[in-house]
Amino acid sequence: MEFAELIKTPRADNVVLHRPFHLAVEGTLCLTGHHLIFSSRRHDNAEELWLLHSNIDSIDKRFVGSLGTVVIKCKDLRIIQLDIPGMEECLNIASSIEALSTLDSVTLMYPFFYRPMFELLEDGWSSFLLEQEFELLSSVTNEWRLSCVNKEFSVCPSYPPIVVVPKCVDDDALRKVALFRHGGRFPVLSYYHKKNGMAMLRSSQPLTGTNGRRCKEDEKLVNATLRSGRRGFVIDTRPLTVAQQARAKGGGFEQEVHYPQWRRIHKYIERFNILQESFIKLVEACNDQSHNMDRWLSKLEASNWLTHIKELLTAACLAAQCIDREGASVLVHGSEGTDSTLQVTSLAQIILDPRCRTIRGFEALIVREWLQAGHPFQQRCAQSAYSNSKQKWEAPVFLLFLDCVWQIHRQFPCSFEFNEQFLIMLFEHAYASQFGTFLGNNENERAKLKLPQKTMSLWSWVNRPEELCRFQNPLYEANSLVIWPSVAPQSLQLWEGVFLRWNRPSRFLEEAEEERIHIIKYNKELQARVNALRRRLAELEAEEEDEEEV
Amino acid sequence: QVEQVKLLDRFSTSNKSLTGTLYLTATHLLFIDSSQRETWILHHHIAAVEKLPLTTSGCPLVIQCKNFRIVHFVVPRERDCHDIYNSLLQLSRTAKYEELYAFSYNPKQNESEQVKGWQLIDLAEEYKRMGVPNDYWQLSDANRDYKICETYPRELYVPRTASKPIIVGSSKFRSKGRFPVLSYYHKNKEAAICRCSQPLSGFSARCLEDEHMLQAISKANPSNRYMYVMDTRPKLNAMANRAAGKGYENEDNYSNIRFQFVGIENIHVMRSSLQKLLEVSGTRGLSVNDFLSGLENSGWLRHIKAVLDAAVFLAKAIAVESASVLVHCSDGWDRTSQVCSLGALLLDSYYRTIKGFMVLIEKDWISFGHKFSDRCCQLDGDPKEISPVFTQFLESVWNLTEQFPQAFEYNEAFLLQIHEHVHSCQFGNFLGNCQKEREELKLKEKTYSLWSFLLAEQKKYQNPLYNPDFSPDLTLLEPNTVSFNFKFWRNMYHQFDRSMHPRQSMFNLIMNTSEQNKQLEEDIKELEAKIKQRNGQSDVVLEKEQEQTARPVPVALKSPPCFQKEPPPMPVNDAVRTIEGSNTADNRYSELVSEFSKAEPAVVSLEYGVARMTC
Repeated sequence: MEFAELIKTPRADNVVLHRPFHLAVEGTLCLTGHHLIFSSRRHDNAEELWLLHSNIDSIDKRFVGSLGTVVIKCKDLRIIQLDIPGMEECLNIASSIEALSTLDSVTLMYPFFYRPMFELLEDGWSSFLLEQEFELLSSVTNEWRLSCVNKEFSVCPSYPPIVVVPKCVDDDALRKVALFRHGGRFPVLSYYHKKNGMAMLRSSQPLTGTNGRRCKEDEKLVNATLRSGRRGFVIDTRPLTVAQQARAKGGGFEQEVHYPQWRRIHKYIERFNILQESFIKLVEACNDQSHNMDRWLSKLEASNWLTHIKELLTAACLAAQCIDREGASVLVHGSEGTDSTLQVTSLAQIILDPRCRTIRGFEALIVREWLQAGHPFQQRCAQSAYSNSKQKWEAPVFLLFLDCVWQIHRQFPCSFEFNEQFLIMLFEHAYASQFGTFLGNNENERAKLKLPQKTMSLWSWVNRPEELCRFQNPLYEANSLVIWPSVAPQSLQLWEGVFLRWNRPSRFLEEAEEERIHIIKYNKELQARVNALRRRLAELEAEEEDEEEV
Repeated sequence: QVEQVKLLDRFSTSNKSLTGTLYLTATHLLFIDSSQRETWILHHHIAAVEKLPLTTSGCPLVIQCKNFRIVHFVVPRERDCHDIYNSLLQLSRTAKYEELYAFSYNPKQNESEQVKGWQLIDLAEEYKRMGVPNDYWQLSDANRDYKICETYPRELYVPRTASKPIIVGSSKFRSKGRFPVLSYYHKNKEAAICRCSQPLSGFSARCLEDEHMLQAISKANPSNRYMYVMDTRPKLNAMANRAAGKGYENEDNYSNIRFQFVGIENIHVMRSSLQKLLEVSGTRGLSVNDFLSGLENSGWLRHIKAVLDAAVFLAKAIAVESASVLVHCSDGWDRTSQVCSLGALLLDSYYRTIKGFMVLIEKDWISFGHKFSDRCCQLDGDPKEISPVFTQFLESVWNLTEQFPQAFEYNEAFLLQIHEHVHSCQFGNFLGNCQKEREELKLKEKTYSLWSFLLAEQKKYQNPLYNPDFSPDLTLLEPNTVSFNFKFWRNMYHQFDRSMHPRQSMFNLIMNTSEQNKQLEEDIKELEAKIKQRNGQSDVVLEKEQEQTARPVPVALKSPPCFQKEPPPMPVNDAVRTIEGSNTADNRYSELVSEFSKAEPAVVSLEYGVARMTC
C-alpha cells in the first residue's frame, strides 16, 4: 500500500492552529505518510509542529459554513485544534489523518521508515542482555542457572528465549511446569536480593482447575527458592473470590496442601479494562477547566486513579517487605502474569534495589520486567484516553507503573538518577514512537518482525550523552538503602506532569525548576573553584617556605 | 511529672509507641522519651484535651493543638491521667490577657531592642510608600481618639473631599461605625482599595453622607469614574441581613457604582469546614476515596478558591480597569481582610517580600481589627467566635507560592511560623481584638514583637528560588484558579506527622545548597585576596597595588583564614539526605503487618518537628 493513496490533500494553506495557553498561529499544514506537519509562515519566528500520526488517539471534525475545524486528541493527552478553510480540503485531511493514524499493519509504522540523523554509539537492542545480568548474579550466588528451554519460543510464547531458574530444576521439569501454568509462564527469577539471598519469582496462575490438579515439578521449582525451614509468600494479585472462580476455567491458585511452606496473600490490583476506564475518566476530569471545586474533587475520586496507585504501591511494598524485612522468598502472579504481576515485581525492585534507580538500571528493569517478560505493549498502548472504539485490550498498565515510580520519586527526590522528564518520555514512547522498542507484544513477535534489524532502539537514542543530560536528576546521590514510600492518601498526588501538562500554564514552574538546577550546578562550580584556589594558595605557601629556608 | 507514659504514633497501625516522662511546666507540656528527645507543647496551643476510656495499658489522653498537632499519650495510672487532664484544662484556658505567655516570656532582649522591635513596622511609612497622602487622599484625624470607630486604628486615610461631617455621617450608617477608608493605593493606576462594613440600609434606608463618601472615593480616582462595591458575602446572607436593619448598597442610591456579590461563606461555615477537614485527615487507614470525598464534603478547598477568586477579581478591577474598589462583608474584619490583603498581594510585589508581608499583616489584619483574640480563642470565650479566617489567608498565599515559585521572597516555613505564633500568644502582635485594646494592654511595653524575631532568623524563611525581578514593580500576579490548582496543604495540616512527608526534602536540599553557595562565594573572595597578597609579597613592586585591591574585602581578612578550615561539609543535613529508614510499620501496606512483628531494626525516624520548641 502506498501512503500517497491515503493522502488526498497533502497540503493546506491558511490553517489556524489553536493550542491551550498559546496564541493561535496561522500557517501551512502538510501531511506525509507518518507525520502531520504544521508550519507558521512567519519568517521571524517560525513555529513548527510535527505530530506522528500514530500519536493521534482520536479526531473530530465540524463545520461552520465552509470553515472546517478538526480537533485532534493525542495519545500523550494533548489536544490541538486546526481550522482548515475549504470543506473538501478539510474532509480530505480529516479522513487521511484518520486512516493514517489507525494503520493495521505494524510494518507500516514509522519505526520501520525512520532513519536516524545521529551517529550510533551503541546499539540499544543489545544493551541489556539477560546474559550480562546473569553474570552479575552468578558473582554472588550459584543457586541459579540460565535456561534456553524456550529458545524457539515453544515452551512459552510470551517468554524470552533465555530465562533464569533454580539450578536444581532441569529443562524437562521446566517443560512440565509450563504445562501447569497459564500460557506456559512457569516461575522464573525476577529479582535476587543480595542482602539476604531471598528471591522474587514471577509466573502466571497454576492450572489447578476444579479437581485440584497438582504438579510435583512446579512444587519442586518454587520450593527450591526457599531456605530450609523458612516459608515463602505467594502474592496473588487477584482477590480470593476471583482466584476461586478462575478454577472453573481451568486456572486456580497454589493450594496449602500442596504448597505447605507457602503462605498465600491476595492483594487485589485492578484488571486492565477497569484501569482503562479509570484513565479515561481521570483525563476527562483534568480536561474540563469549568469544574467547580466539588465537581473536580468528586470526578477525581470517581476516576479511582489514585486508589489504583495506592493499591499498587501497597502491593509492591508488601512484596518488598516480605523479602527485605521477613527474609522470605516471594512468588508473584495474577492470572496471565503479564500485567499486574509485572507492575508489582518491577516496583518492588525500585524499592529494594538501588541499581534500579539509576538511568541504566531503570532501563534494564523496563527491558527485563516489561519487554522481555512479555507485557503486551502493542495491545495495551494501541489507544490512549481519548479512544472511542471499545477494544478490550487497551489499558494504561505501564502508565500506572510509571505514575507509581513518580510517586516514589517525589518522596525520595535525591535517590533517583533520572528525573520526571525521563518517566514522561517513556510514557510517550510507549504509545507512539519513531523507535521500535515498544512495538510487538513479546520477544517472540519482535523476533518475527525483525525489529532489532529493521528499526532503531529507543535506548540507542536515549543513552547518547546529548539526550541523556535532559533526563538527569541534578539532586541525585546514590542511596544504597531500601526506600519505603508512604502510601497515605495525603502523601499521594496527581501526576501533574502528565495529566495537567497541557491544561495549565507551566512556564513559571519550569523556570523554577531551572533555577533549582542552577543552584545545584553553581554549587558544584563553586566547590571546584574553592578547591583550586586552596591548592594554589598551598603552593604559594610552600614556595614561600622554600624561599625562607633558602 | 509522670513517668512511664507512652506516646503513640497517630497513624501507625502497629501499636508502636515511645515511652518517656511527661512534665507539666507553667507554660509548656513536655514529653521526654527514652532517647532524650523532647516534645514541647505550649499550653496556649492546646485546643482540646480528651480522656478516652481506660484500656489495659493505661489511660489514653488525646491532645489536639491549634497548630494541628495531635498527640496521643497513654498514662499508666488513671489518677495521674485525671490530674494531667484537669491541669491541662485549666492551663489551656486563660481568663485574662495578663496571664498569657507573652506577658511572662522573656527573650533576653534589652529595652531598646524591645522598642526597636515594635518600631520595625511603621504603617505611616507604608502609606507613604504607596503614595499617600497626595492630591486626592489625606490622613484623617477623625478617629484619633477612637471616637468614631473603636475597632479601627487611630490613623485613617480618606479622600480629601470627604469632610468630617461626611465621615461621621457615613460611620453612623455602617455596622460598628466601620466607614469606608483606604486600605491600599495603587500609584500607577491611581486607583484605591477601600474597606468598610455593611451599610445599615435595611430594606430602604439611605444615608446621604454615606453616598457622598462613596462618591468622594470614586472622584478620588481620576482615571476611572465608576467604582466597584464588592460585597464578599453570598447574596442570600446579605439579603437576610436586611431584616436586621443591615444589608447592602442599593445601586440606585449610589451614583457610578457597580455592585457585586462574591460569595465567601461566614466564620461559622469556615469553622465547621475546617473541623470536617481535620476529621477526615486524622482518620487512621484512610482510603484515597474517603480522603477525596471527605475533602470535597468539608468544602475547605472550595472556600479557599472562593477567597482567591475574590482577590483576583479585586486585583483585576484595579490593574485592568483602573477602577477603585470598596470591599465589605458584614463587620468588615474577616472576609474583607482576606480579600483586601490578598488583592494587594497580587498587585504589589512589595508584599511578596519578607518585610512587606509583615507590613501587609500589620496593616490589613492587625490594625484594621481582625479579631485575633476571638478567632484564635486566646482567652476562654465564646467557641462560636473561633474561626480559621487567618489560616485561610495563609493557605491562599501558600497556593500562590506553589503557582509562582519564584515570586515570593519567603517560603512555606515562614507562613507556618506565623501561623504558629498567631496561636502561641508568645508575642504581643496578635493579642487582643483591635488596636485600642492593645494600647490598653500596654503590649508594646510588656511584650515583644514577633517581627524582629522572624527578621533575626530570616535565613530560615528565605525562598532560595526567589527572583526579585520576577514581576516588575506593580505588575499583576495572575494566578490560575481552575479547581485542580488547589491542593491539600499537607505541610500545614500534617506538619507534625512525619511519616506522611517526603522522606527526602528537595526544599531543604535547595535551601541548604543555596546557603552554602553564599558561603562558598565568600570563601572564594577570601582565598583570592590571600593569593593576591602572597603574590604581592613575592613581588615587592606590586605590593601597594595589591593591598588596594585587597581592601574591598576586609571582611574576609578578619575572619579566620579559610584554608585552615576543613573543606565545608556537604550542605545537607545528613538525616535529610540519607533516608531515615522509613519504617514499614508506619505505612499501612497490609493487614498482615502485625504478623510481621519481628523486631524491626531500630531505625530512628527523623522527627525534627517534634523537637522544635516554640521559642
